[in-house]
This record gives sequence, C-alpha cells and structure tokens, in this order.
Amino acid sequence: MSSRKILAIETSCDETSAAVIEEGKVILSNIVASQVKSHQRFGGVVPEIASRHHVEQITLIIEEAMQEAGIAYADLDAVAVTEGPGLVGALLIGVNAAKAIAFAHGLPLIAVNHIKGHIFANRLVSDMQFPLLSLVVSGGHTELIYMSAPDSFEVIGETRDDAAGEAYDKIGRVLGVPYPGGKHIDEMAHKGADTYHFPRAMIREDNYDFSFSGLKSAFINTVHNAKQKGEPIHTDDLAASFQAAVVEVLVDKTIRAAKDRPVKQLVLAGGVAANRGLRSALEKAVAAELPEVKLLIPPLALCGDNAAMIGAAAQVKLAKAEFSDYALNGQPGLSV
Amino acid sequence: MKILGIDTSNQAMSIALVDEDGLVIEKTVNIKRNHSIQLMPSIEALFGEANWVPKDIDRVAVASGPGSYTGVRIGVTVAKTLAYAVGAELVGVSSLHVLAGNGEQIPGSFIVPLFDARRGNIYTGLYHYQQGVCRPVQTDTHIAIEKWADFLEGLQAPVQLVGTDVNKHMDVLNNRLGDRLLLLAPSQTLPRASVLAELARDKKPEVVHTFEPSYLKLAEAEQKWMETQTEESLGGGWIEKL
Repeated sequence: MSSRKILAIETSCDETSAAVIEEGKVILSNIVASQVKSHQRFGGVVPEIASRHHVEQITLIIEEAMQEAGIAYADLDAVAVTEGPGLVGALLIGVNAAKAIAFAHGLPLIAVNHIKGHIFANRLVSDMQFPLLSLVVSGGHTELIYMSAPDSFEVIGETRDDAAGEAYDKIGRVLGVPYPGGKHIDEMAHKGADTYHFPRAMIREDNYDFSFSGLKSAFINTVHNAKQKGEPIHTDDLAASFQAAVVEVLVDKTIRAAKDRPVKQLVLAGGVAANRGLRSALEKAVAAELPEVKLLIPPLALCGDNAAMIGAAAQVKLAKAEFSDYALNGQPGLSV
Repeated sequence: MKILGIDTSNQAMSIALVDEDGLVIEKTVNIKRNHSIQLMPSIEALFGEANWVPKDIDRVAVASGPGSYTGVRIGVTVAKTLAYAVGAELVGVSSLHVLAGNGEQIPGSFIVPLFDARRGNIYTGLYHYQQGVCRPVQTDTHIAIEKWADFLEGLQAPVQLVGTDVNKHMDVLNNRLGDRLLLLAPSQTLPRASVLAELARDKKPEVVHTFEPSYLKLAEAEQKWMETQTEESLGGGWIEKL
C-alpha cells in the first residue's frame, strides 16, 4: 500500500489551521493562521469574532496546505477535522468545511478529539511507545491521560476548576501583560525568584487531580493587598512564585502517576508544553526519578493548536476505518 | 448551468438544485433543527435523487446573511468550501433578497422582507420588481422597527411584508401602514433556495477565498472596542501566519 495521506483541519479556538500528514508521522504541510492579534484587542478570545475570522480564512488555508504539500485531492485518503472540545461556533467552521471537501472528492471523513490531537503531536517527531502517560496542559485543559495503546485513553487525573493555562491568562491580566499571558509570565519567571511561596494545591492528596483557582485567588489577593498598603510589587518574583507553584504540582503528580504504572514514555502535550519552566522541571524530574522512562516534549511549533497534530491522531482511526457521516457536528464539551 | 442553492440563514433550511430549465429538486425544512447536522446529509440526498455528482455543479449560490450568525456561517462555509473544492463559481445573495423574491409583481408596490434582530430591531430591506426581476431599491439594513415603520409610512405606497417574523412586529406595522400593508400567503413566508438560485443565475461570481457573510452588524465586543478607538488606532491585519 502506498503511504496514506490525510488532509486535516483544526478550528477549535483562535487558530485556523490545515495540514497534510503522511502515515500520521510526516508533515507535508502545516499552515496555521493565528487570530491572537485580533483577540488581544479584547484581552481574550471572543467566540463570535473567532468564528468570523475562521470563515474568512478557511478555504485559503486549506488551499495553502494542499499547495505546500504539492499533492492533488486524488492523492488523499481521508479528510480529518477537530470535532471538539472547543468553541462551538469555531468548531462548526472546520467541521462543515471538512464535510464539503469530503463530499466534493468522495473522501472518508474522520472526526478527531482535540486533546488526543495534542498528544499525537509527539508522533510527528518521535515514535510513541505504549503504555504511556500524557500530561495535557493548555488554556482549556489540565489532564493526566494513561494510554495502554494508540486508541485507549484513560483520564486518571484532571483539574477540578481552572485549567493551568487559564490561570496563566488570568494572572497575566492582573500583571497587565498582553493576552495570552503564559509566554510573558514564563519570561518574567526566569528573571525572578520564588519569594511569595504560594500554596501547592492538592499536592499531598492521594489522587492525580489538580486545582488552580485557589492559587489564582492567592495571587490576586497578594497583589491587591500590596497595592492597598502601598507596598512595592515585585512582578518578576510574583511570576516566578506563581510558576513555581504550578510547575511543582504538575511535575509532582505526573511523576507519581508514572511511577504507579508500567509506562515506557511520558508525553507532554498542549499549549502550556511550550512553557520553559515546565519543560525543564519535567526533564530534570524524569532524569532523576524515572531513568527508564523516555520523556517526549513536542517542538514549540507543535505545542499550540495546529492541524498537523489532528492529522497524526486521525491516522489511528484511518487504520481502523472509523469514519463519520455527514451529520457530524461540533462537540464543544467532548471528553477524551 | 447547474446551480446548487443553499439558505441556512434562519430557522428554515432550504436547498435546491437548478439547471438551465429551472428547478430540478428542492427541500425546505421549517423545523427547529441544527443546520450543521442536517445540511450536508440533505445536500448529499438531493444529489443522489437528482443523479448529480458534486463536480457537475457550475455555481454554488448561498444566502449570505443577514440572519442567525451561526446559521449564516454554516451555509457560507459549506458553499465556499464546496465551490473551492469542485472549482465552481460562488455567488452570494442577501438572505433578505431571497425572501423578497417570494413577493408578488404588483405594480407600484414595494416588497419588504424582514427578520427579527431582537431588542426592537430588525434586519430589513426595500425591494421592487423591475422588468420582471426582484431588485433592491436600497441596501439592506439593521434598524429599529419604529424607525423603519416611519420610513415605510412615508413611502405612501402598498408594501408587501415577507418573513415568518413579520407577525412579531405586526402591531407597529399595521398601525402605520393600515390598508397599504399587504400580507403574502403562508407558503410565501419561508426562504426558498430555488428562488435564491434563480436570483444568482445572472449575478457576478465572488472571489471564493475572501467571501464572507454579510452580518450587517459588528460583534458586540468589536462594537464596544471601536467606540474607544480613534480612526488612526483602528489598525487591522488581525491574522498572522505562524
């Protein structure tokens, strides 16, 4: 059989993306159009604006992905699209565009879970070996997922309130850094020190769940009290203290969960996987405590939302001929 | 010329296949359903019944708004992606024009389609027949029903009101227009994709990639943001390739 190619489309939040992926591993193209500059005007993603941008961009981005891959529609084996989770209006653009392409060219349609996509971003750079444990951290998700096989997903821990990335964005607003705040907080954290000693929520509890809303409140209160008393605010130290609290809990629980299971690999995934503090802390912890386990961290370009990862995840369904019909809808609250 | 017409801009969904001789097949559904779930399966079924294949289409005609933001976007996304994918032309027709196309040719009268836009506002337009074709007299608008009723009263001419939302504003309209108000039969209050496809037959095609819906209204967040900006700070170039 010649190598199979998938056209993948991702529009779950504020990136319009299309990619052509070969055998779930090789990126022939991966076009990502970011709306971040537009949403910066509002201090966060406005769903209606996101949907409007997607419909403006969608065919242009698909055409660019096909041209850069240098292939014709006849060379494709399937069209894949993110069905959820995400913003419903945004998801609908990708889903309906994918259905139209599938109908026009008689191609099978594959629905992909966005979270699984983030995990499979790693397959574009390394072999994935099972069983593995994945820590998915993004603006909308903080989950520990155990995978005994490519099509088996068991959520063993998750956030009980805010996602880690969401907490970053919220405290970013308090510190007055542009949306999205994560990158700026990460940079500031490297210049400061953990002097504020924020709480490490749930770190001693006998489960793999997380909570970040208490940390967020502690942070906001600290800034608020200092302002009221006219005390100096050390923003770099605040960022470093916040980041230290987030990273310590994430790393501690991830390592514990990995030790409790026969995992061959530990996989970091999601937008917050771009965070330097988290990457280096996880690298150190794995080297020290799990020397037999291989740590996979996607390159920065594949941490944020992109269609290449959707094409990688879709390959698993293509191999099993798990296709969707044209009634496919956006699923904003889709779980793993 | 084979034309696929699509209107999902409000609660009703209408799809039609039209060729050089006119209507081949049409489906109009006025059940509260999710357009994203029903549109593509219906298109596939109509193609099957008509024995057409996607590559047969010369032109995709779509109701481009105004209407429900999500509904309009579903129709426009399917239309533009399908047109791009099979290399067909894309034509956008105002969703209000599609409704106006249901109006009767009554000399000296105007046709006024309308959709409710909440908080006392409507999306509407002014149309009339010229040489047997329904054409806009002025551009479509988003306006307070009271202001629009004043305007219609000033026309001093018979007005055919079209749309399922007409009833919501009947008191105001009846008050101002009295016996100059003409109502159409219930079967003429729903958008018909066959009417849309005929209106699209002679229109100039759009540039597929840059085609976008005519919302006639900014998103609320953008409206508020604009109010705080000077002309120089409005900016643009919101999309960046990574």
